[in-house]
Amino acid sequence: MDFLDRFAVPNPSIAIYASMVAIGLTVVAIFAGLTYFKKWGYLWREWLTTVDHKRIGIMYLISALIMLFRGGVDAIMMRAQLAVPDNKLMDAQHYNEVFSTHGVIMLLFMAMPFIFAFMNYLVPLQIGARDVAFPRLNALSFWLFFFGAMLLNISFVVGGSPDAGWTSYFPLAGNELSPSVGTNYYMFAIQISGLGSLMTGINMITTIIKMRAPSMTLMKMPMFTWSSLVTNLIIVTVFPVLTVALAMGSMDRLFGTHFFTTTNGGMDMLWANLFWVWGHPEVYILILPAFGLYSEIISTFAGRNLYGYKSMVASMVIISALSCLVWAHHFFTMGQGPTANSFFSITTMAISVPTGVKMFNWLFTLWKGKIRFTVPMLYSIGFIPLFVIGGMTGVMLAMSAADYQYHNTMFLVAHFHNVIIPGVVFAMLAGLTYYWPKMFGFMLNERIGKWAFWLLSIGFCLAFFPMYITGLDGQARRMYTYSEATGYGALNMVSFVGAGIMAISFAIIVYNVYYSVRYSPRNISADPWDARSLEWATHTPVPEYNFAITPNVASSQAFWDTKKKGHELFSGELEKIHMPNNSGVPFIMGAIFFVWGFSFIFSLWIPAIISTIAILVCLVLRSFEVDHGRYISVKEIEETEIKLRGVN
Amino acid sequence: MKLKSVLVLLVFTIITVLTGCEPLMVLDPKGPQAKRQAHDILLSIGIMSFIVIVVFAILIYVLIKYRASKQSPDYEPPHIEGNKWVEIVCVGIPVIIVTYFSFVSVQSNYIVEAKPQGYQDKEPLVIYASSSDWKWHFSYPEENIETINYLYIPTDRPIEFKLYSFGPITSFWIPQLGGQKYAMSNMVTTLNLAADEPGEMMGRNANFSGKGTAENMFNVTAMSEKDFDKWVKDVKKTAKPLTEGQFNKFLKPGHLGQMTFTGTHLDFSPAPEHHNSEPTKSEEGHEDHSQMEMSDHQGHQ
Repeated sequence: MDFLDRFAVPNPSIAIYASMVAIGLTVVAIFAGLTYFKKWGYLWREWLTTVDHKRIGIMYLISALIMLFRGGVDAIMMRAQLAVPDNKLMDAQHYNEVFSTHGVIMLLFMAMPFIFAFMNYLVPLQIGARDVAFPRLNALSFWLFFFGAMLLNISFVVGGSPDAGWTSYFPLAGNELSPSVGTNYYMFAIQISGLGSLMTGINMITTIIKMRAPSMTLMKMPMFTWSSLVTNLIIVTVFPVLTVALAMGSMDRLFGTHFFTTTNGGMDMLWANLFWVWGHPEVYILILPAFGLYSEIISTFAGRNLYGYKSMVASMVIISALSCLVWAHHFFTMGQGPTANSFFSITTMAISVPTGVKMFNWLFTLWKGKIRFTVPMLYSIGFIPLFVIGGMTGVMLAMSAADYQYHNTMFLVAHFHNVIIPGVVFAMLAGLTYYWPKMFGFMLNERIGKWAFWLLSIGFCLAFFPMYITGLDGQARRMYTYSEATGYGALNMVSFVGAGIMAISFAIIVYNVYYSVRYSPRNISADPWDARSLEWATHTPVPEYNFAITPNVASSQAFWDTKKKGHELFSGELEKIHMPNNSGVPFIMGAIFFVWGFSFIFSLWIPAIISTIAILVCLVLRSFEVDHGRYISVKEIEETEIKLRGVN
Repeated sequence: MKLKSVLVLLVFTIITVLTGCEPLMVLDPKGPQAKRQAHDILLSIGIMSFIVIVVFAILIYVLIKYRASKQSPDYEPPHIEGNKWVEIVCVGIPVIIVTYFSFVSVQSNYIVEAKPQGYQDKEPLVIYASSSDWKWHFSYPEENIETINYLYIPTDRPIEFKLYSFGPITSFWIPQLGGQKYAMSNMVTTLNLAADEPGEMMGRNANFSGKGTAENMFNVTAMSEKDFDKWVKDVKKTAKPLTEGQFNKFLKPGHLGQMTFTGTHLDFSPAPEHHNSEPTKSEEGHEDHSQMEMSDHQGHQ
C-alpha cells in the first residue's frame, strides 16, 4: 500500500475526481474510435511516424489548441475564485496548483508549440525547401514536447500538481517546503519538452542557413523566416541555461544536493537568476515569431510591401541581444543595490526603442495601402493599440525604483497578459485564420471569426485593465482570496466578466472550425488572400515535396513579383526529388522519455535505469542505421502536379 | 521642472477621478520614499500616454484614410522601401524619452535606497523584520522588545528595516511608505523608510510563499515620537519576555494574531548578517542550540 500511496493526489477535490473520470472516458473513447474505424494503421503510418514538417506543424497546432483550453479552464477557475471577496470556491492549496499549472501550460505547452507549429509549417515553404534540415530530429522534438506536456497534464490526477508558481522559486520549491511530487513533475516535464525545443532551435537555424533556395539571399527572406531565425538563435543561447537549472533543481529534490537550498552553502537566489536568464529571453522567443506573423499579415492586407524591411531585421537582432541583458528586472527588489538596478533598468527600457521601430514600420506599411479588414487583419490591427499599452506599462515597470511598488502585484499580472495576449495569442489566432486555407484547403468563416475577434478584444480589456488599478491599490498577485474591506471586489468582478467573455470567444472559435468544416466551400484557389510571399506560390493542399521545382526568387515577396511583375518563379525541368523516410523511433523515444520522467518523478529507480538504457540504445541504433531516404520519381511528380492543378 | 509637476498633477487628478475619488494606495504616499515612487509612476504614465495617443492617432488616421472600401478598385498601393529620415525620427524620439527616463530611474534608485530625504540628520530606528510561514516578527533591538504581525513606528525618524526570512523568500511591503524588498533566509537586506504623518497602514508579504500567503499581512501604525516612547514603556511594563522555546513554536507554519514581548529573538537566534558561509554554521549551531535549550527547558519542568 505504501508503494501505491505516492500516486494518490495529496489534496483531492470533486473537480479532480471528475477530471479523472473525464480523462479515463476520453482515453477509452479515443481507443474505441480508432479500433472501430480501423484507423490505427492510418494513425501510425501517416502521423505518429511522419517526418513531414507540415504534418508535424499541424500536430503542434492541435496540441497547442488543446493546451490553450486546459490553461483557459485554469484561468476561468482563478477569476471565479477572485470574483468576490472571501470566496470559498477553492482553498489556498488548490488555487496555488491552478495558477502554477496555468503559467507552465500557457507559456511552455501552449505558446511554445503554437510558434513551433508555424515555424515548422512555414519556414521550409517560405525558403523554398523540401523539408527541415533534420526531419527525424524534428519528429523527435515534437514527441519530446508532446510527452513532456502529457507528463505535466497527468500530474493533477496522479500524485499532485506543482504548487510553487510557474517560476518555482527555491526554497519554496525545495523538498522541505514542497514535499509532494508536484515540483518533480515541473522539473521533468519542462526538462523533456525543453530538450525538444533546443533540438528544434538547432534544426531551424540549420534549415534557414543551409536549405534556402539558391537564389534566396538572407535579405530576400520573408519576415517570418527572419523572425524564426532570430528566435531560434535565442533558443539555442538560453535553453541550455534552463536545462542546467532544471537538472540542478531535480538533483536538489531527488539526490539531496544543495544548489538552491538555504543551508550548506546553497543559494536560493541562484535559481531565480538562472530561471530568468532563460525566462526573460523566453518571452522574446514567443513574441518575435508573432511579430513575424504580423509583418506577413499586415503587408498582405495593406496591399503593400513591408515598410522598412532592413530596420525590421535590425530591430529583431538588437532585441535578441538585449533580451539576454535584462533578466534581473524580474527581481529589482532582491536587494542588489542601486547600481545593478540602474544597469538593468536602462537595458530594459532600451528594448522599447527597437520595438517602437517595428511598431512604426507596421503603421507606415498601412500608410498609402489598400486595407482589407479580414479576420487575420483585425487581430493584427487590434494588436497595435493593445500592445502599445502593454509596452507603455512595460517601460513603467522598467523604472526600478517605481517597480518596488509594482513588483508582485496585479499591476505586473496585467502588464504581462497585456503583452502576451495581444502580442502572442492574437498573432497565433491571426496566423491560424490566415494559414488555415493553406493547411486544410478551406477557409474559416469570416463573419463568425469577426464575432470571436471583437468578443476576445472586449473581454481582454475588461479582464486585464482593472488589474492595473487593483495592483496600484495594493492587491498582491497569487493571493487566493482577499477581504471585503480591501475594496478590490468590484474590479475583480469586472475581470471575471471579462474572462467569461474571452471564454465565450474561444468557444466561438471552436464553433467556427466546426461550422467551416461542414459548410465552407472546398474549391478555393491556392492564394485566397491575394498574398505576397513564397509559401503561397505552391498548391493547396501542399504536396509532400512542397515545390516541384526549386523556386528562383527575386525579393522577399517572391509570389507578388510573379503575379504583378511577371517574374518566373519556376523554370527548368522536373527532376526526381529526394525525401526522408518515415520513422517510428522518435515516437518510441518520446514514450520512453515519458516513462523516464515518470520514474524519476516518483523515485522509481529500476524503471528509471531501464528507460535510461533504452534511450541510449535508441541513440546508438540511430548512429548505426543506414537510411538514405527515398526518391519521388518524375512520373509521380507529374501526376501529382496535374492532379493539384486540376483542383485549383 | 514646472512642466513636470503640472504633468504629474494632471495624471494624478485623472486617475483619482477615474477610480472614484478614493486615492489608490500606492498613489497615496505617507512617506518620502513612497512619494518619490508615486512621483515616478505618475510621471511615466504622463509621458507614455503621449506616445500612446500619438500611435492611436496615426493608426486611426491610416485606417480611415486607406481602407479599401474608400479607394477606387484599380488603386495600386506604391512600393516604398523606407525612408532614412522617418527612421531617424522613429528611433530618435524614443531614444530621447528613454534617456530621460533613465536619468529619472537612476536618480530614484539612489534616493529610495538611501536614508529618506529630509531625515538625513536623524539617527535611524533599526527594526529587524523577519518572516516565518506565514507571519512577521518585528524586533526592536534598541528598545529590546518584539512584536508579531504588527508594527509601531515613530514619525519624524527614519526607520532602517533589516529583512530576513525563516523560510521561503518573502517580500516586505508597506505600500504607503515605500516599495518592496525581499527577505531571504541566508542574508539580510536593508530597506530605508520613514513616515511623515501618524496613521494606520497595511503591510504585507507580497511574494508567494505557500498556502498562507494571502493572510501574511501586518498592521502598521505610525505615531509621534512621544506616543511611540509611551508605547515602548507600556510594553516593558506589561509584556512577558520572549523565550527561545516559545519562539521556536512560533516559527512552525501557521497563522498567529498580534503579540507583544520584551526581549528579542536576536539574542538567541541572531540574524544571518554575514551572508554565505557563516550563516550556515550559525544556523546549524542555532538548531542544535535550540534543541538543547528545549530539552533543558523540559528538564526544568
